[in-house]
Amino acid sequence: MNTTVLPDFHQTIPIDTIGVEERVSRLNKRSIKKESKLQALKLALSMIDHTTLEGKDSPGKVISLCSKASKPYAALPDLPSVAAVCVYPTMVSIAKKALEGSTVKVASVATAFPSGMAPLQVKIEDTKFAVGEGADEIDMVLSRGQFLSGNYSFIFDEIASIKEACGDAHLKVILETGELETLENVRKASDIAMHAGADFIKTSTGKISPAATQPVTLVMLEAIRDYYLNTGIMIGMKPAGGIRKAKEALQYLVLVKETLGAEWLSPDWFRFGASSLTNDLLMQIVKQETGVYQSINYFSND
Amino acid sequence: MSEQSKDKVIKNVEGNGQKPTSPNADLKFDFASFWEYSDAPESSDHIEILEKYDHFIDGEFVKPVKGRYMTSINPSTGKSLTQFAEGTSEDVDKAVKSARKAYTKVWKNLSGKERGKYIFRIARMIQERSRELAITESMDGGKPIRESRDVDVPLAAAYFFYYAGWADKLEYAFPGRKHESLGVCGQIIPWNFPLLMLAWKIAPALATGNTVVLKPAESTPITALKFAEICRDAGLPKGVVNIVTGAGQTGAALVDHPDVNKIAFTGSTAVGKIIQKSIAGTDKKFTLELGGKGANIIFEDAPLDQAVEGIVNAIFFNQGHVCCAGSRLLVQEGVAETLIMKLKNRMETLIVGDPLDKNTDIGAINSQSQFDKINDHLKIGVEEGASMYQSSCKIPDEGYYCRPTIFTNVSQSNRIVQEEIFGPVLTIQTFRTPDEAIEKANNTQFGLAGGVWTDKGSKIFKVGSKLKSGVVWANTYNKFDPTSPFGGYKESGMGREGGLHGLQGYLKFKF
Repeated sequence: MNTTVLPDFHQTIPIDTIGVEERVSRLNKRSIKKESKLQALKLALSMIDHTTLEGKDSPGKVISLCSKASKPYAALPDLPSVAAVCVYPTMVSIAKKALEGSTVKVASVATAFPSGMAPLQVKIEDTKFAVGEGADEIDMVLSRGQFLSGNYSFIFDEIASIKEACGDAHLKVILETGELETLENVRKASDIAMHAGADFIKTSTGKISPAATQPVTLVMLEAIRDYYLNTGIMIGMKPAGGIRKAKEALQYLVLVKETLGAEWLSPDWFRFGASSLTNDLLMQIVKQETGVYQSINYFSND
Repeated sequence: MSEQSKDKVIKNVEGNGQKPTSPNADLKFDFASFWEYSDAPESSDHIEILEKYDHFIDGEFVKPVKGRYMTSINPSTGKSLTQFAEGTSEDVDKAVKSARKAYTKVWKNLSGKERGKYIFRIARMIQERSRELAITESMDGGKPIRESRDVDVPLAAAYFFYYAGWADKLEYAFPGRKHESLGVCGQIIPWNFPLLMLAWKIAPALATGNTVVLKPAESTPITALKFAEICRDAGLPKGVVNIVTGAGQTGAALVDHPDVNKIAFTGSTAVGKIIQKSIAGTDKKFTLELGGKGANIIFEDAPLDQAVEGIVNAIFFNQGHVCCAGSRLLVQEGVAETLIMKLKNRMETLIVGDPLDKNTDIGAINSQSQFDKINDHLKIGVEEGASMYQSSCKIPDEGYYCRPTIFTNVSQSNRIVQEEIFGPVLTIQTFRTPDEAIEKANNTQFGLAGGVWTDKGSKIFKVGSKLKSGVVWANTYNKFDPTSPFGGYKESGMGREGGLHGLQGYLKFKF
């Protein structure tokens, strides 16, 4: 068991926003060309949590999503599958069935996603339902109101309870950084989530703007790095929402590579929560393989 | 999310009496084994570098009187790049005469508005040729293209734009005081920022109505000669800017020339002292921008991850060939271990190599002699008993390259702490109280620049105001702007360049 002493979460770790932005801008200057580009595009594809989280989601849409997830582009059968599909709890069993025999995992949002405004008992039931339906991964939301009011022990206990309810399923904790606003809050929420038992920390629900940004992601990666150095435990990272272009995805991978190194460059430790990113990656991969851009009409919108 | 990682749980730090800073300092990150960046070289095929360059005197390129040439090499390969004229006192005399004629006949009689037009035009032409200038700078000097492209060349243009704006507003610059231009300015610039230092010198000189004879450094003359082409193409009146190339003797001839009204020099403290001796007893005005050994002070309440970036920018920018480099790190004891661990991790991600590769962080050391000097200091450091740590990065087989290096276990009396190394070499000392940090920071012959890192605004001002150095950066390092004055305390120099203050060095005040 992890026996590391818990830090005092009321102590704030200072973070200089301008410095973080400068670091990101310097990392964005890395020039990713030729083989390293193709390698990274395929890697990014394999890291996607292909997502649909809408009130109007239908079983048919989820089945299409799963089909795209396991075979992203029929013309290039050797391409990797994406890492997972991410759906609402009521869609888990449908996704699970559709993905039978594939390596693609099923992630389910839970805990009164996206607001998290529900009592703990309801959140635990929500989680248990999703796990019972077959979810491999649970994406829970942080109670931002409690966090912003300084009730850190509430947050910690809630995450720990959900972790327990997850059983064998992996837990991703969505910080909803757009509502935390400061990078110091992002760092603090990351630390609490990791110490409370998160397997992954995730930026956003995708329902609040801004969603994932590179400065926020860098701060979370640095929190993961420091946690690893303090405990020896690796935690995964998932930026989600707003990442639509392959070029941005590569920039995120550079952030990971130069903050945490090669071990984290795998779908086990890094994910993109996205939907339209998949097609842009496919377009760029086809461009790299064939030398020409295909029309967007050649890529299915699932 | 493998189970194996969960087994990596390491010992409990509770109650073992030690500081809980980094119980797993033995854990390493692997930055290299997977997804290496492919080469991304900036193409240099379209860059025209002549086989031979002459002096630029009186608006045209003229052969040196004695007919001798020197060689400029590309430090990333050690191979010759071009030949350039070796200036003698005869060449310098021609150039000064041309500058004098241009001064009395043309330049000083032009209105500020007209002078400004020429300077604006030069600024725009630097922008137009920015790609060429950046690539040339990296080939001739060894600095990474990321820096010449994003720092040197855009900043050089910015200085011309800034001082062009002053040209017609000089009478409002110093209210209540009357002033006039000096005449002919002799300017001698170093090899670390060839085009940028040229801009720092020439832009304010022209704006204030002076004419110029400039001598670039002997290892990096090419961008100055391309700048001469820009002056010619901009239609700048003949003789307003003259460029004479050569080494120390050429510079000495310029300093000693009786018809020069001002000497502006950037370079080593040793040469600065020689210049001061040479012009003693004359009425030549001078500004000197000399060496440094900047203290970068990290307090325990600093944003540490950003401070690590600041340290990297302070000492590894331009291979550490920066007079205001933060080459002495002073870190508060409580965070020293954590900070050094973070710094070492960060150093592992620095890419040393081909200056023209867009991913290169640290390029080539500028010359054989500088390469030798840095290596000497590495030896000295080890002999003095300091612990040396270098990143494990690959470096090219040919050319002059130095791995980023830090020294711990150093004392104030060590040579590596006292002497300017001018390379990617950092010494790290710890301190306990702010007073101790200030004392150590100031205990040096230099006083050019320093940094203060803390989350507390009042501490920035309290410590910053006690540092005896011309520049103090707070929670950042190596930031430059044309509007900001720059210059040194003590043996780091006299006079200020940049900003409103930078005008003073090129004006004679009547009352």
